[in-house]
Amino acid sequence: MNLIDSIIALTYLLAASLFIYGIREMSSPATARRGNLLAAVGMFLAIAATLIDRQIVSYSWIMVGIVIGSLIGAVTAYKVKMTAMPQMVGAFNGFGGGASALVAIAEFLRLIGETDSLMRFDTSVTIMLSIIIGAVTFSGSFIAYGKLEGILSGAPMTFPGQKVINALVLISLVILSIYLVAVDHNMSLFYLLVGLSFLYGIMFVIPIGGADMPVVISLLNSFSGMAACTAGFVVENNILIIAGSLVGSAGLILTQIMCKAMNRSLANVLFSAFGTGDAGAGSIRSSGDKAVRSVDAEEAAMIMGYAQSAVIVPGYGMAAAQAQHAVRELTELLESRGVDVKFAIHPVAGRMPGHMNVLLAEAQLPYTLLHDMDDINVEFPHTDVALVIGANDVINPAARTDKSSPIYGMPILDVDKAKNIIIIKRSMNTGFAGIENELFYNPKTMMYFGGAREKVQELVSEVKKL
Amino acid sequence: MSETLLMGLTIFVLAMFAGLEVINKVPPTLHTPLMSGANAISGIAVIGALLVTGRVAPTIETILGVIAVIFATINVVGGFLVTDRMLLMFKKKPSEK
Repeated sequence: MNLIDSIIALTYLLAASLFIYGIREMSSPATARRGNLLAAVGMFLAIAATLIDRQIVSYSWIMVGIVIGSLIGAVTAYKVKMTAMPQMVGAFNGFGGGASALVAIAEFLRLIGETDSLMRFDTSVTIMLSIIIGAVTFSGSFIAYGKLEGILSGAPMTFPGQKVINALVLISLVILSIYLVAVDHNMSLFYLLVGLSFLYGIMFVIPIGGADMPVVISLLNSFSGMAACTAGFVVENNILIIAGSLVGSAGLILTQIMCKAMNRSLANVLFSAFGTGDAGAGSIRSSGDKAVRSVDAEEAAMIMGYAQSAVIVPGYGMAAAQAQHAVRELTELLESRGVDVKFAIHPVAGRMPGHMNVLLAEAQLPYTLLHDMDDINVEFPHTDVALVIGANDVINPAARTDKSSPIYGMPILDVDKAKNIIIIKRSMNTGFAGIENELFYNPKTMMYFGGAREKVQELVSEVKKL
Repeated sequence: MSETLLMGLTIFVLAMFAGLEVINKVPPTLHTPLMSGANAISGIAVIGALLVTGRVAPTIETILGVIAVIFATINVVGGFLVTDRMLLMFKKKPSEK
């Protein structure tokens, strides 16, 4: 190994260490920013080292690519709204996967030009894997993006024979790969493989409902890592393998957490076309004969303002109504009155893992007030008042008690154990899962009807008057 | 199976374990930044894209390579910047600026 190659190899090793150390620093909000910066330094070093590689002789096209990519990336990163974070991460996943697929396609085209005989088994297998995983990540991510952004309907898109067709596409991909690896590097079949891979990404995401997108985004995150990893096998570069598998495992862990929070298996999420996709679009209406107690701002303010402890349960409805800043104002006001305020965050409160925490952090709520489900559930029995803003299924006690309920077994926030419950909600409509919530009819529950933002603002002005 | 492939697989398995180990320690409150940060790291495919693009005189592979460089750079630059933007918002106390 000559000097330049050694320098490159050692720089890659340093970059890999910085990635792992950077992620480790993400274990606490206090050090997370430095962790991200270290990972970015690692990436910069890896890119710089690659540029001195002897394989690279021409820089003009590279520079064009880097400049365009950096501009698009930077502008998107600064402009994106925090509520739109899931679709942005989705799109970025897609770009990462797409890049890996393109690298593998280009390698295939180059190698096929160099020799007439079959290419090495290792190389051709990893090329096929890289193309399939990368292309599926690319097209799947953009369908997920479309669903989250509202360009495509959030409802599961299904048609007769869908599962059979999907299975056939997948089987064709396997057969084509085997043929291309072992028998002949036929160009038409190769392009067919590329096309079918992109098609499969689309077909794989369209039957999944909007409410399940957190799982899909996490899974595609894992895929984008795996795509980079397989591309690493193709170009025989260890840094791609290391970084790719780190991302792959991160995505896997998050996927597993999301599935557990919804009490569903990954297979159920991917293949069951579950949920209506749009909040409030549930078909089952309240039966009407059960009594619902509603309160006005003044009464709600009395209960909140004179409580000793309050737990606020935010759901995506709060974020959709842009009520975060009003909620922060309410929190500060209650704290100044000596009320102990905490937030209960369900793992699927937002549209991606940890999304709600980011939305509340954006509203300048200190992260020390935000509590995970397991920590806060033990506190509800001693809580004077729980204020639910735009959450529904994650507080439905049917998940604990009603075996016939579709959400039975899903871990929920035990809001029903609090001494008083105030629920801010537009109407009695059902949530994502389209199921009734008996909590609304609990004698301890007061429904505070209206839009999240206006209602919290009214609450703020009433508490001020106390 | 070639030695390179075996070496690659070894590194892959060990890196997966290292990843599972460090990522399991990340608290739920940081899961979104973790994901976007990890996302930026998956832009490492840029290395492969650079190698493909810079190799020879312009061919069809170069065009694919340039698109790959653009995609991966969006992923890297956008991912790290947006993660930084998010992490900047996480404060311990409201007064802390």
